This record gives sequence, C-alpha cells and structure tokens, in this order.
Amino acid sequence: MAHEGGVPVLEERILEWRSYVGRRRAIDAPDVDELEDHLRSQVADLQEAGLDEEEAFLIGVKRLGELDTLSREFAREHSERLWKRLVVADAEAGTLVGSREALVALGLAVAAALAIKVPELFGLRFDGSPAAESFYIRNVSLLVLPFLAGFFAWKRGLDSAGLLRLAAPFLAGALAMNLLPFEPGGSTMVLAALHLPMALWLAVGIGYAGGAWRNHDQRMNYVRFSGEWFIYYVLIALGGGVLMMFTMFIFSAIGLDAEWLLESWILPCGAAGAVVIAGWLVEAKQSVIENMAPVLTMLFTPLFTLMLLVFLVTIVWTGSGIAMDREVLIGFDLLLVLVVGLLLYSISARDPRAEPGLFDALQLVLVITALLVNALALWAILARISEFGFSPNKVAALGENLVLVVNLGWSAVLYWRFLGGRTGFAPLERWQTAYLPVYAVWAWIVVLIFPLVFGFQ
Amino acid sequence: MDIGKDLVAASATPLVLAILSEGESYGYAIIKRVDELSGGELQWTDGMLYPVLHRLDRNGLVKATWGRSESGRRRKYYRLTDQGSEELANQQRQWQVVNEALRSTPFMSFQLAPQEI
Repeated sequence: MAHEGGVPVLEERILEWRSYVGRRRAIDAPDVDELEDHLRSQVADLQEAGLDEEEAFLIGVKRLGELDTLSREFAREHSERLWKRLVVADAEAGTLVGSREALVALGLAVAAALAIKVPELFGLRFDGSPAAESFYIRNVSLLVLPFLAGFFAWKRGLDSAGLLRLAAPFLAGALAMNLLPFEPGGSTMVLAALHLPMALWLAVGIGYAGGAWRNHDQRMNYVRFSGEWFIYYVLIALGGGVLMMFTMFIFSAIGLDAEWLLESWILPCGAAGAVVIAGWLVEAKQSVIENMAPVLTMLFTPLFTLMLLVFLVTIVWTGSGIAMDREVLIGFDLLLVLVVGLLLYSISARDPRAEPGLFDALQLVLVITALLVNALALWAILARISEFGFSPNKVAALGENLVLVVNLGWSAVLYWRFLGGRTGFAPLERWQTAYLPVYAVWAWIVVLIFPLVFGFQ
Repeated sequence: MDIGKDLVAASATPLVLAILSEGESYGYAIIKRVDELSGGELQWTDGMLYPVLHRLDRNGLVKATWGRSESGRRRKYYRLTDQGSEELANQQRQWQVVNEALRSTPFMSFQLAPQEI
C-alpha cells in the first residue's frame, strides 16, 4: 500500500507521530526513538497477524497509551527536563496567567523597593549615622527577601500551614537581629548579618517548593533556581550600573548633580526590587534561554582544576607555607564554597542516566585538589590556633570549613564509586540535596547561638 | 478480570527485574513476556513501561545500552546489574511475606463466583 508520492503510508504516519510526541516537554529525542522501536515492533507483529498497515499503526499507537498520561509519567521520572521549559507550559495554558504573574511580580518588586526606604521615615537614613548603618546591616535581607518568598507563596498557592512555616524563619530572624543586645559593630553582629541572608534564602526555598521541601527533586529545582537567579541578578545589576552611569553623565552635562538621587533612591530601591524581578524572570524565562549556571560550570571547572593543581605543585616545588591569618582562612572557605557550587551545578544539569565520562573524572580531580589545598590551609591554622585563640570569627570560619569539607569528602567518595561503575549517579544527586538543610542549620547556629556563646562581642 | 491499578504499579518493578534476570531484553519484548507470563491477564499500557525502565536505570538496578534490532533499527537494551539482582532478591522476600500472610487468612480459600474463575 504505497502513497502517491512513493513514500509508504506507514513511514509517513510514524514521522507525523514522532513530531507529535517529540513536542512533549518531558519526552526527549532518544525516548522517542525508543518508543518508535516499540511501535514498529508492535506494528510488524500485528501485520503478521493479518492487519493492514493503517490498522496496525492505529492499534500500536493506542496500546502505547494516551499521550497526556504518558508524558505525565515521563515528567515524573525526568523532572530535570521540565525545568528548562517551564514557561512553555504557561504559554500553553494561555497568556492570562503570565500577565497576571507579571503584575504580581512587579507589585512585589515595588513593595520591596519601598520597604527598603521605610526605615527612613523613622530617621534611619541610608547614608546616615552609625545607628542607621548598623540597622541596615542587620535587617537588609529581612526587608527584601519576604517579598520573594511572598511571590512563591502566591504562585504555588500555599495553604495557611505552609504560610506559617514560611513566615516562621523570617520572624525568628527579625526577632534575633533586633532584640539581641549586640555590641555595635561587634563581630557576632557582623557574622549574624552575613549568615542571615543565607538562612533566609534557604527559607525562601520552602515557598519555592510549595511547602514540599522534603522532596529531593524540588530541592534540586531550587538549587537550579538559585543559580539562575544569581545570574539574572548580576545581569540586572550590570544593566543598572550602565543606567546609573548615563544618568550621572547626562545630568552633569546640564550642570546638575544627580548623585544624591542615585545613591539614596535608585541604587537601594533598584537592588531591592531586582531581587523579586530576577526571581520572576527565572520562573518565567523563555525556553530560548537555556540554563546558564551549568554552562558556566562546564567552562570554569577545568580552569579551576588547573589553577588548583598548579597551586599544589607550586607549594610542593617551592616548599612555601601558607601565611595564615583569618582573611586567608576565609579565602579558603570561599574557595570551597566555589567548588561546592561548581559541583552542585554540574550535578543539577547532568542527565542522571548518562554514562560516567571525562567531565565526571575532572569533577573528582577538582574536588580532591580542593580538599588537598584546604587541608594544607587547615593544617597551617590549626598549628597556630593557640596563638590566635578562639574568636567568633575564627570559630565561624573553621565551622564553615568543616561543613564544606564533609560535603566534598563524601562527594569524592561517591564520585569514585560512580566512576568505578559501582553505583549510578543518583546517590550523588541525593547527597547534595540531602545536605542542603545542613547549611541552613549552620547558618541559624551562627545567627542565633553565636551571639549567646560569645557574649554579643 | 481487571487487575487494579495499584497492584499493577506495585508489581511492575519485581516483574521487570525478574524478566531481565532471564537475560538482556528490550521494551517490546518485556511487554510481550509479561503478557505471556500472565496469560494475558496483566495488561500494561505499553508506554508506561519506559518511565519504569528509566527509573530502574537511574537507580542503577538495570543498565541500558543502545544496540540494533535484527532489522538494523536502533534499539535500547536493558540488563540487570548486580545491584538489580540484590533488589530482586529483596523484592522476592517482600512478596513472599505478603504471600504467606495472605495464605494464612481465609483469603485463599474464598469461594470464587463461577463467572470469575
């Protein structure tokens, strides 16, 4: 039974079917290949049983199952694919949802921008006294992040129990930052102020996950979200910087100084509003923009590995010790944070079913060299810890180091097993998502416990 | 007889693992084997098998490789890993427990209505 054009009907039908199935977000091309093989085997068997091509094709397609149900099942198994194309879903559902969401996001961004200025009504000017400065250092994340959390609470339709759970960390943070008798400018205050944004950021994750923060896939999605959010934020900041430069320039051309406007309005309000806007953009981004964080990870993993290897070789070659003071230790902490970040984003973007490859081996080398470099740094500081004594800063830096080393150490073991073919990739993913609460716990310890232990100094 | 959705879902993993313990296979052949083993009583929606296979692959219980069919078409084959064999043994024990429990109740001596036999 040949078509007029000469192409057999079956081939044409299967092509049509392929393009139809391939449009589903959750089913990728190799899956369509696999399903096609199934369909063709089925059709061949049915034809052998005496059906004609057309009938055999129809029955074969029907047996594969209804496409909606099928793609839902695939979606449940492959949530990482949906992540890239979330917006298309909204586009399918109609533009009304999209535009309402834009309005809500815009409203919340304006609210965040105003919230950052509210303390001025009470005399705490942004560029003013030490009291104002100390207030903003302690509270800036509390003034802004609730609006991002609110956006997700609205978008995911949190119930009242979920809202309460989401609000609790913000309340705890607000109480701690403003009621504890911190010594002005003391290091426990600065530490708490540095760790609060991180603790609250993880709390926003509760809203992001729609309350289902125990779900590992949701956690990984939040990690993806955080990476993309950061990139959007940096891009917006760059754009904002250009805007401000030109504002200064054109107003100075007519002899007016616009600096006060920029400093006390555009910069703080823009920075606050952009937190919500970046969050909304990541949620609503177009499918043409693929995830950037994994791309950057691919780019920088080899470079950082190389840099660390060269550093190790240099230490061994020259025999030079690491000059140890607090700044250096914090520097090494940041290095570990970066390595954990590189690890996290390459894990988040990896197809969990792919075979171990060169890049996975490179990740392991990166983790091991980072651990070695860190071990050298730790050894240097522990050797001299008695000289320095235990200041809050030192304990915080050491604690952070421990938290990160535990993560990286176990990741290295898991990578080793994965590369050896003894386990799949899932344990690595699971380990990273299971570890997220540890960061939250540590951050809260620094915010809530440190001031008490070190007497608010 | 219609086997309930929950029971079909629960039995999918042990069935697939057990079929793969007979040797490497691919989706369509697995479906045919299920049909054969259950005398046509256990009806799966064919497409639903694949997400199950992919999950087993991700968890390291089976290993997928692309190969060719007799006619030269690209085909994905699955085979049981060591971890998969362990899981199969584990599932076997679990089903045995359920089976034993049911046996010691009046469940097994229930008189089936004639049309259901």
